[in-house]
Amino acid sequence: MVDLVIASRLQFALTTIVHIIFPVMSMGLAPFLVYFTWKEIRSGTAIYEQLRRFWTRIFAVSFAVGTVTGLVLEFEFGTNFAAFSTVAGELFGGPLALEGMMAFMLEATFLGVFVFGRERVSDRLYFVSSVAVGLGTWLSATWILIANAWMQTPRGFEMVTKNGQSIVNLTDPIAAYLNPRFPWMFVHMQNAAVESVALLMAGIGAYYVFRHHVWDNPVQHPEFWEKTLKIALVVLIVTAPLQAIQGDAYGRHVAETQPQKFAAMEAVWETESYVPEYIVAVPTNVEDLFNPRAKELFGIGIPGMASWLASGGDAEATIRGLDSFSTEAPPVAIVFWAFRIMVALGFWFILLAFWGGYRWWRGELLEDDLLHKALMASSLLGFLAVEVGWIVTEVGRQPWVIQGVMRTSESVSPGLTGAEATFTLAGFATGYVLLLVLYTYVVVRLVRAGPPARDELDAVDQPSPNEAVSTDD
Amino acid sequence: MIEPASLASEPLFGLPLAELWFGLVFFIFAMFLFLDGFDFGVGILFATRDDTAEKEQLLSAIGPFWDGNEVWLVVFGGALFAAFPSVYANLFSRYYLLMFAILAALGLRGLAPEMYEQREDATWKVWWGRAFVVGSLTTPFLLGLFAANWLLGATALVTLPGIVVGLALVALTVVDGVAFLRLKTRGELREDLRTDGYRALAIYLALVVVALGYLYATTPVLRPGLLSPLVVGLVVATLVLAGGYAVATARDRHHPAFAAAAGLVFTLVSIVAGLMYPVIDRAGGLTVEAAIVSPLPLNVMSIGAALLLPLIFTYFGVLYSVFSGPIETGESY
Repeated sequence: MVDLVIASRLQFALTTIVHIIFPVMSMGLAPFLVYFTWKEIRSGTAIYEQLRRFWTRIFAVSFAVGTVTGLVLEFEFGTNFAAFSTVAGELFGGPLALEGMMAFMLEATFLGVFVFGRERVSDRLYFVSSVAVGLGTWLSATWILIANAWMQTPRGFEMVTKNGQSIVNLTDPIAAYLNPRFPWMFVHMQNAAVESVALLMAGIGAYYVFRHHVWDNPVQHPEFWEKTLKIALVVLIVTAPLQAIQGDAYGRHVAETQPQKFAAMEAVWETESYVPEYIVAVPTNVEDLFNPRAKELFGIGIPGMASWLASGGDAEATIRGLDSFSTEAPPVAIVFWAFRIMVALGFWFILLAFWGGYRWWRGELLEDDLLHKALMASSLLGFLAVEVGWIVTEVGRQPWVIQGVMRTSESVSPGLTGAEATFTLAGFATGYVLLLVLYTYVVVRLVRAGPPARDELDAVDQPSPNEAVSTDD
Repeated sequence: MIEPASLASEPLFGLPLAELWFGLVFFIFAMFLFLDGFDFGVGILFATRDDTAEKEQLLSAIGPFWDGNEVWLVVFGGALFAAFPSVYANLFSRYYLLMFAILAALGLRGLAPEMYEQREDATWKVWWGRAFVVGSLTTPFLLGLFAANWLLGATALVTLPGIVVGLALVALTVVDGVAFLRLKTRGELREDLRTDGYRALAIYLALVVVALGYLYATTPVLRPGLLSPLVVGLVVATLVLAGGYAVATARDRHHPAFAAAAGLVFTLVSIVAGLMYPVIDRAGGLTVEAAIVSPLPLNVMSIGAALLLPLIFTYFGVLYSVFSGPIETGESY
């Protein structure tokens, strides 16, 4: 049996790690779908209809799985973290309720029109539906990030006693909800979502382009896949550098507002100035290899670089060490490595974007097989970057569930037993693995099936009253 | 313009916001039970159909709607959390395994129709069809169990009245599903469904009588509530609505029958809420007044809800009018 706190945390971690994939798909795909719909209606070109229908199917499946996993997440605050819910609920429940009412309702109802209604509604209402779905996904992220940003840099509240318990009382909604962390998180997350989907699209497009042009193994609709690759590359060229630029500023904000997290990201144990940025770092003895709180590191670093990044240009700047905090440090190795993986991936994506852009400019986009292979290999790496990014954010905040206010160990449900939590954790581990396998299977099938053929589209364009309407999506 | 100071100290316009939110939370729950209820009903009726084309029709009927319908449950969780955080925390952690069972059942129900369509393979369709039925059957049953336990303040997960209410909810979702499908189908299928509707209605009424009688006999604390004019009135309303449903179904008046089915769901939820008030968490010993959040977050949420609920009804209006009317044979949206 697993300890109650550990089991609840593992379960929550597992739920979020799996759930985040689906909102990233929705948020990232939404602007593409709006664009495809707009071009389809404006230009009447079949290729945009193909693009819209192909990606809408993947969106619909992602949304269904996202609903299932997201509902679990919403309920888990009550089931496993009842103490947190009671203490923070007056401030934290509002954003969740508003997410449901303002965002999820908009997204779910208009998704019905968007997925099933192409033949039933006017072009105008159809386009409005695509925008409504997209707006819903982004608003959803807004409220969730407002709630999360408050947990990172809590403002606008005081502690009061209610029903014999000390709880968080909202005093200033503006300060609480328009938290200084929120804009950084929002831009970083939304851009990450679009970048991740662009990478996925580029990878899939590159696969078919590679088969068609390099392997000479002709595929159907080669122009569809070339278009997919090109659109994805354009978006990647915009989003990849942006992610690094604002990620750097976000990092400085973390250094100012959550110094313990920043120290964990850099594995700085003792307060120092002129701190190097370690590219790799390994524990000096073998036992520490599996110890997440390993202290003695041997590494290759750029002198003064961490100080330079934390302060925004001063290599002499002092970074406060983990030993100087009164609370236990977060699991440093996890935060340190997750951060490094994220940053390395970010730079790799920039390289890919420039490489692809350069080849395209030279007119060699369809021939460069090495580029195709790199894009294929990178198609899921955007999602990996999002996952490790969230690990930095959430694990780095430990031992706090609300920074400086409430510890994670105090936040679990008082009446719950370790046995119950272990039982559901085991259920989750099994269920979520099956869910992921199933989702991957379905998406791979949809990608294999490719876009609907042009003549199918023509049939749909002029439906005769007696004829069955397409059942594709 | 409302002064921030007054926003922080007293309820908006002196309204009884605690009671309004108590009502709103149950209203949202009823909306979920009514709307996703017909999805569950369709899922249960799926088991009674052998013909592949008919099965496809049942799935097509709920295709554009079920996502939106299910969001009412998300909003219920959010509204309970926002207005009564301690109740949300107490209830969900007290009925821990039950909550996860509900989530698992709902997950199966949500996943199954999405998966069913992915492959033209008999075995695949048989298994996802079964998953659809199991998810649709167990979700309302477990929700009924949850609602009854909540009302009774039960500390056990499984209680006898909980089982009766759970079964009643299963029957009610079939009534609801029949009413919806008779709007969306034609011909033989529509005729067949009529009998399913009558049967489910009879079972539902019998189970409601059993549940109320059992509570009267065994739970003294609920007796005054059971004899209160409100609850007696709601029980009478249930009988009137049931009669209305039967007559409308017999005369092929599909919209009134659907409205009567909605009325049955709302009266049932109102009975539960009426019996509970002024308590909101019996086992935790919390009244509505004790559990409601402070004036400032309450006012902020109330302004949000007042602005958003009309919008939400507009979205649903658009969705249901776009896909109104029966589905033609062989057509799916």
